[in-house]
Amino acid sequence: MDFLGAHVPELLPGNRPLPPVQGAVEAPHGTTIVAASFPGGVVLAGDRRATMGNVIAQRDIEKVFPADEYSAVGIAGTAGLAVEMVKLFQLELEHFEKVEGAQLSLEGKANRLSTMIRSNLGMAMQGLAVVPLFAGYDIDREKGRIFSYDVTGGRSEEHGFAATGSGSVFARSALKKLFREDFTEHQAATAVVQALYDAADDDSATGGPDMARRIYPIVTVITEEGFRKLTEAEVSEIARAVHERRLDQPDGPRAALL
Amino acid sequence: MSTPFYVSPQQAMADRAEYARKGIARGRSVVVLQYTDGVLFVAENPSRALHKVSEIYDRIAFAAVGKYNEFENLRIGGVRYADLRGYTYDREDVTARGLANVYAQTLGTIFSSAAEKPYEVELIVAEVGNGPEDDQIYRLPHDGSIVDEHGSVAVGGNADQISSYLDQRHRDGMSLAEALRLAVESLSRDTNGAERTLTAEHLEVAVLDRTRPQKRKFKRILGRQLSRLLDEQTAEDKAEGGPGQDAGEAAEAGTAGGTTGPEAAAEGGKEGGKDSGKGSGKDTSAGPEDAGTD
Repeated sequence: MDFLGAHVPELLPGNRPLPPVQGAVEAPHGTTIVAASFPGGVVLAGDRRATMGNVIAQRDIEKVFPADEYSAVGIAGTAGLAVEMVKLFQLELEHFEKVEGAQLSLEGKANRLSTMIRSNLGMAMQGLAVVPLFAGYDIDREKGRIFSYDVTGGRSEEHGFAATGSGSVFARSALKKLFREDFTEHQAATAVVQALYDAADDDSATGGPDMARRIYPIVTVITEEGFRKLTEAEVSEIARAVHERRLDQPDGPRAALL
Repeated sequence: MSTPFYVSPQQAMADRAEYARKGIARGRSVVVLQYTDGVLFVAENPSRALHKVSEIYDRIAFAAVGKYNEFENLRIGGVRYADLRGYTYDREDVTARGLANVYAQTLGTIFSSAAEKPYEVELIVAEVGNGPEDDQIYRLPHDGSIVDEHGSVAVGGNADQISSYLDQRHRDGMSLAEALRLAVESLSRDTNGAERTLTAEHLEVAVLDRTRPQKRKFKRILGRQLSRLLDEQTAEDKAEGGPGQDAGEAAEAGTAGGTTGPEAAAEGGKEGGKDSGKGSGKDTSAGPEDAGTD
């Protein structure tokens, strides 16, 4: 990226002069992202809603992207900036891999993303924050790992599960009660869909599964075999099963009291 | 030898071309050929770390012979060009044609600039299309010209002989195993007609495979997969050739050690005829350098 900075600095975020603004800038915001690990991998999922103030700006936005073969980024925050950040991140990982002939370590990727978020601090102070969630399969340690970030680029590794975005409080609470160490891939995918359902239940900016329009959350799985996005058929099956049970129990599965 | 005050441009260019060609001829060869699902790259390269064939972008790959540091420089430049293009516009806007043009400009400028020594490299840039008729292969010699190739192409030490061998035997719609066999056969023939046995350890093999579901079509064929593909071939050979195979192998083992010998000698003779003694003195040092260029 030093090359990009030296040759076409205007392509890099953080190098643009900011116009003075009065009040909040209206731009579409992405909302909730959740991740959960299971033995042998990690799932990363996101709802499909983007909001601009009280308006639903987009119903079918995709907020989870593969970063490379073994990692993915889910974005919450200002959609335009976040998508650009992901594009640049993808480019950088691929570029490194091609030039060096080897992949960055998962830690290396996570650190790089941290720097990119920090470079957006000026924008974040004006209300255009980007807060992603990064998940990947660590080939050296043979397990899925999750990294969460704050607006200043602070990075922390999460164990088991994590959430970011406006509905993250509710999603995280739901996952906390549902999460088990011995999940299978399918169970982990179901758990994140449940968590997104709960987030949509309590947070107006998070969209639940839209049965009428057939818009379901994006669910991705990263294992030893690499990144895989669940097909619409697979996600719709999980979402329908969750929805079916919620018709009887609107608050979702009950955890044991003791 | 006295230093002439005036060197005609023709002579200067001829000398530079001669210098570059000799550098390239010292290294081993790379062959690139189309097969039914894409483009196959096979290089004779005992090193695992220093690649002669590499990925540039989604559908584009690069193969080179000559001096490693020089073509590595060009490769990184190509990756930068492609990544920057793809980021600024779209992934689809990165084409082999564009890249080959950039390489041609760079090589041409370096070749004709008096301040620099010409690059001793020859490149191949290939792009895999949606069908075999959309595949593109460009060969870029040291002087910055572009040659649009079809079917098969070879560059490096023994390129002319290998090319003609490939041209005679390559046909459209070959399977990967067939194409690989042809490539290995062509690489294992020496200038003097003898054959060597090339095993998986001596080969660097990669494909641009249009059937890959990922965006990035480049894939290295390594270790077990390569041995399996090669074994498939030898099994077929055995069935065809019968007992002749073993005798042939024994003969090859004998010639393999002295590979560079006859080649260097032949070249030395050629040079000697051309510029009286200057070339042959230089060529004796070609032997040890040979290992360096690979």
